[in-house]
Amino acid sequence: MPDPILALHGLDAFYGDFQALYGVDMTVEEGEILAIIGANGAGKTTLLRSISGLIRNAPEQILYRGEAIGAGRPDVIATAGIAMVPEGRQLFPSLSVEENLMIGGRTGRAGPWNLSSIYKLFPILDERRHQASTSLSGGQQQMVAIGRALMSNPDIILFDEISLGLAPVIIKDIYAALPNIVGAGMTALIVEQDISKALSVSARVYCLQEGRVSLEGRSQQVSREEISRAYFGAS
Amino acid sequence: MEWVNAVVQGTLLGGLYALFAAGLSLIFGVMRLVNIAHGDLIVLSAYLGLTTTVALGVHPLLALVLVLPVMALFGYVLQRVLLNQTLGQDILPPLLVTFGLSVIIQNALLETYTADPQKMDAGALETASVSVGPLALGVLPLLTFGIAIVVIAGLQFIFYRTALGRAFRATSDNQEVAQLMGLNKAHIFGLAMALALAVTAIAGVLLGIRTSFDPSIGGARLIFGFEAVIIGGLGNLWGTLIGGILLGVSQTVGAAISPGFQLLAGHITFLVILALRPNGLFPRISG
Ligand SMILES: Nc1ncnc2c1ncn2[C@@H]1O[C@H](COP(=O)(O)OP(=O)(O)OP(=O)(O)O)[C@@H](O)[C@H]1O
Ligand SMILES: [Mg+2]
Repeated sequence: MPDPILALHGLDAFYGDFQALYGVDMTVEEGEILAIIGANGAGKTTLLRSISGLIRNAPEQILYRGEAIGAGRPDVIATAGIAMVPEGRQLFPSLSVEENLMIGGRTGRAGPWNLSSIYKLFPILDERRHQASTSLSGGQQQMVAIGRALMSNPDIILFDEISLGLAPVIIKDIYAALPNIVGAGMTALIVEQDISKALSVSARVYCLQEGRVSLEGRSQQVSREEISRAYFGAS
Repeated sequence: MEWVNAVVQGTLLGGLYALFAAGLSLIFGVMRLVNIAHGDLIVLSAYLGLTTTVALGVHPLLALVLVLPVMALFGYVLQRVLLNQTLGQDILPPLLVTFGLSVIIQNALLETYTADPQKMDAGALETASVSVGPLALGVLPLLTFGIAIVVIAGLQFIFYRTALGRAFRATSDNQEVAQLMGLNKAHIFGLAMALALAVTAIAGVLLGIRTSFDPSIGGARLIFGFEAVIIGGLGNLWGTLIGGILLGVSQTVGAAISPGFQLLAGHITFLVILALRPNGLFPRISG
């Protein structure tokens, strides 16, 4: 078995005195799509923020290609190849659609993604390129957020609830585009409230409950009962 | 005619105030830092200009070739070493630290240059004037006004047309997500302060040619800068120029009414605008 591209070893994460993650272990193989599910407040966002460097952890608790990045700076981690589509999109309101995409490409990493390949993936953004990012619909804003992350040609992309607040038909469109996005050997971690969506696009799934891993398995093999137990605790 | 003259002179003076204000506005816009030491940094630039002109025997405007990069470098280092450490959720630490910096700069200037008023010798430039109809316009105020327009247009270009400006705006919008784009916040803030102090260098040297200065006058320059920024609307550079002009015109018209009324008239204009339009005349249209 090849070395995992990303490995978490006993990851603890804190907000001040409050501990949000307790000893999370996780391995991610290169090119795999991994789903992370869990109830509100389980720690999913905290996990992604830890990986991307927005929360500082003990260095050895997060290994990226064998290198300890747990205490790394977010800009250094981004440049090393980990991109995030943050919860709630968080576009830059003072930047146009195209500028939001361009700033995503600032890391200067080589790869298939550039403005024209993003516009090919989401043609509507080409039409709206000079508009303020805030003037777009929620679904289009999500496309910009995804495009902005892709522009850095990351090796790992972290999606935090990309379907949050979007109409079902839009969610369908975005998930339909997902194979094109992660097709080229990219590794993806997908945090998703919609469990069936999460399971259908991923190879493996982790469930978090109150900051701990409560279930880990192949997405096609975990049963409904296992998941609801992992979600809400032993019943 | 006296009134027309007051308005025209005030407008030109507004250019200098806009230069005082532009650096303040830039710093506040990018990192929400209110720099209490800004006025003293303007005075520091004037003294650096003075030392350069005396030591090298060059014209004060030529001294800028040296003063401008020195102040920019000082700004970068100051930001990375000191000010970045004070930025966070709490707005009080940067206020206290820049206040302390203001005291330190004043005392250092006092030690080095004494409290005696100084002035830079710009030769014929100081007294040259051109007549436009019945008005005599000083070449120095005209030049200052022209420089203010060029500086603001330049800042505007950097902000809206370059990758650095994109990084400034993104960091201003959302520091966390900006870092996720690979932007080093500490470095971006350092560059913003460098740019602000480069503008400050220009403002300081022009001030030092126009009037005599001593180590204690920074506070008033800070107030003028603040007032111009607030009148024009936070985060709007052209608004800052308009704010500077309104302040300058208020002062010269006030002085034409009664010499003692000059500064008060400026402050009254500021207060009236603050009362009527708390966000200034041209607040930045935010998303
Ligand atoms: N900035 C913060 N300060 C303090 N506590 C926080 C902060 N952000 C999150 N928490 C707490 O940490 C825990 C984990 O939160 P997190 O946002 O990671 O959950 P989540 O699984 O992403 O939830 P959701 O599905 O609602 O997005 C929660 O108890 C939450 O209240
Ligand atoms: Mg979350």
